[in-house]
Amino acid sequence: MSEPIMNQTASAESTKKAPIMSGVGLKQHYPVKQGFMKPPGLVKALDGVNFSVEAGKTLAVVGESGCGKSTLARLLTMIELPTEGELNFEGKNLLTLDRETRKELRQRIQIIFQNPYGSLNPRKKVGSILEEPLVINGKLTKAERKERALNLLQKVGLKPEHYDRYPHMFSGGQRQRIAIARGLMMNPKVVVADEPVSALDVSVQAQVLNLMMDLQQELDLAYVFISHDLSVVEHIADKVMVMYLGKVVEYGATEDIFTHPQHPYTRALLSSTPRIDPEHRIEKIQLTGELPSPLNPPSGCAFHGRCEFANERCKVETPALKDKTGESSVACFGIDENRLPYIDR
Amino acid sequence: MTETDKSLLVVHNLSVAFGTKDNPFKAVDRVSFHVEEGEVLGIVGESGSGKSVSSLALMGLIDFPGRVTADELRFKTTDLQTLNEKARRKITGDEISMIFQDPMTSLNPSYTVGNQIMEAIEVHQGGSKKERMTKAIDLLRQVGIPAPESRINSYPHQLSGGMSQRVMIAMAIACDPRLLIADEPTTALDVTIQAQIIELLLKLQREKQMGLVLITHDLALVAEAADRVVVMYAGQIVETGPASEIFKAPKHPYTQALMNSLPESSEGKDRLNALPGVVPGANDRPQGCLLNPRCPYATDRCRVEEPEQYGPRGRQVKCFYPLDESGRPTV
Repeated sequence: MSEPIMNQTASAESTKKAPIMSGVGLKQHYPVKQGFMKPPGLVKALDGVNFSVEAGKTLAVVGESGCGKSTLARLLTMIELPTEGELNFEGKNLLTLDRETRKELRQRIQIIFQNPYGSLNPRKKVGSILEEPLVINGKLTKAERKERALNLLQKVGLKPEHYDRYPHMFSGGQRQRIAIARGLMMNPKVVVADEPVSALDVSVQAQVLNLMMDLQQELDLAYVFISHDLSVVEHIADKVMVMYLGKVVEYGATEDIFTHPQHPYTRALLSSTPRIDPEHRIEKIQLTGELPSPLNPPSGCAFHGRCEFANERCKVETPALKDKTGESSVACFGIDENRLPYIDR
Repeated sequence: MTETDKSLLVVHNLSVAFGTKDNPFKAVDRVSFHVEEGEVLGIVGESGSGKSVSSLALMGLIDFPGRVTADELRFKTTDLQTLNEKARRKITGDEISMIFQDPMTSLNPSYTVGNQIMEAIEVHQGGSKKERMTKAIDLLRQVGIPAPESRINSYPHQLSGGMSQRVMIAMAIACDPRLLIADEPTTALDVTIQAQIIELLLKLQREKQMGLVLITHDLALVAEAADRVVVMYAGQIVETGPASEIFKAPKHPYTQALMNSLPESSEGKDRLNALPGVVPGANDRPQGCLLNPRCPYATDRCRVEEPEQYGPRGRQVKCFYPLDESGRPTV
């Protein structure tokens, strides 16, 4: 588990590039008060997560609410610091750097939030929303800042006259464009997008996804794309990381994961995603029950209570993420012991 | 399928207007559909398409300043428009009931779930407290809540989103409704929980032979669950038909565009086929066909004249140039 899995599973094409950002054994544990006289509990929001993402590529993080994907977003952007682990950006461990360098590098990692109705300050004009990161971090003059803001407005498909308007004058899709423009103001290398299209309508969602893909190509951005919508992920991601209760259960190239999903949880997620074309549907796997409480996670494999393939071993031992050459890595005893049927979509 | 005297619900030219009399904003504009016993009708559309307002109008939940008008609004043999409020309330909540989008805010946080389910039974069916309690426990069991005897004393905050939605469903089916309207029942839930809740709704619908109206923005969900589909855009119905036909060969450019904008339909390709623009709001509805500024096939006629519903009953499309089998407009 302590070994970084980056590059081992990656295809020959991406091994050429060193990852721009990677995490090794990231842990985030929160102590939780459980009441008077009771010992505090420990929520393991993230429990040993390894990942890597290259410039110009998209890593998708998939899972249901409570799986730790938003915690991961907060760690990547250093809104919070992890309890344990390494966070490397351009080969330097961000967590051991001095404050100044860290602040400098941190600007290269930006975030786009889910709800553009909540993430834009309603009292500020679009111009000052966009320029705020420059005012705080940059050394540009007022005119230069405005030029950059106008430039980015145009890049995300908005008009110069929008510079002087307030967020309430925009539709949801336009607001998300503003949020994207703000994320790009500091010339980031890595953009963490936390459910960037979940709050948008279907037709607008496609517009914003197109914009994100265009910008990625143009600026060679690395995306960490957090989503629960697997059909979006299949389209935009190069690599997929499936999380369950703070742990990675499957990690690999998008194509592998979508054609040969291995972990029973990945299979269930895929089968639960509704599809228009009957040919795209796979046999429904009904998961019984819900995500267990992270305060009191089950012993052994955290998924065993909802898994139809679980046996005695799954209840006691915890599976580690295992690499198989050329395939996605998966944390499941059922796969190791060939207890699960092979899926080929 | 067409409407008959036996239809469970018949809606004919339902309109809901807000704003002033001189300059009304029609949130719902001359909408007609019907629901049969034991059938799942899917209503799809983006936000602002009027799908939720239509269902609220059916339930009689549109308050002043909203104005509801319709040529016909019939449930079984009862004309809902002529009923007074008291008589209408007898039907809604009893024979017609509704599930809302966000289960967390639809439940009253100050009462136990048992209390809230029992209230619904008390209003419509009466019975002693003990009977109602037994019924409520039975309902919770029907919707798949484990250990219902103890869960009945839980408060909403002690339940997860999926569990709260199950409680909402229990409450909705408490009086054995003939028609269940589910307005975005799974939007606030995770995918695996969404699959569970939809499965539950369809199971109950089959067992009780209810009519189910499933309102959602998720085309794929409707494609999997519904028998017939109504597609709405900016307050109007643009296309109706059996789910199998609509999703195989959509006739309205809007339906086609919605389907094409899904990542599912453009696998392998880099860019998605996005529909430009947004749904028009209250003040910027165009003249003629409401889709014309966004429609790739629009002609001068579309910009001036509003199309009617064309096609046989049960497979109608509101477009001058409905698309053919290959997805091209007919001229």
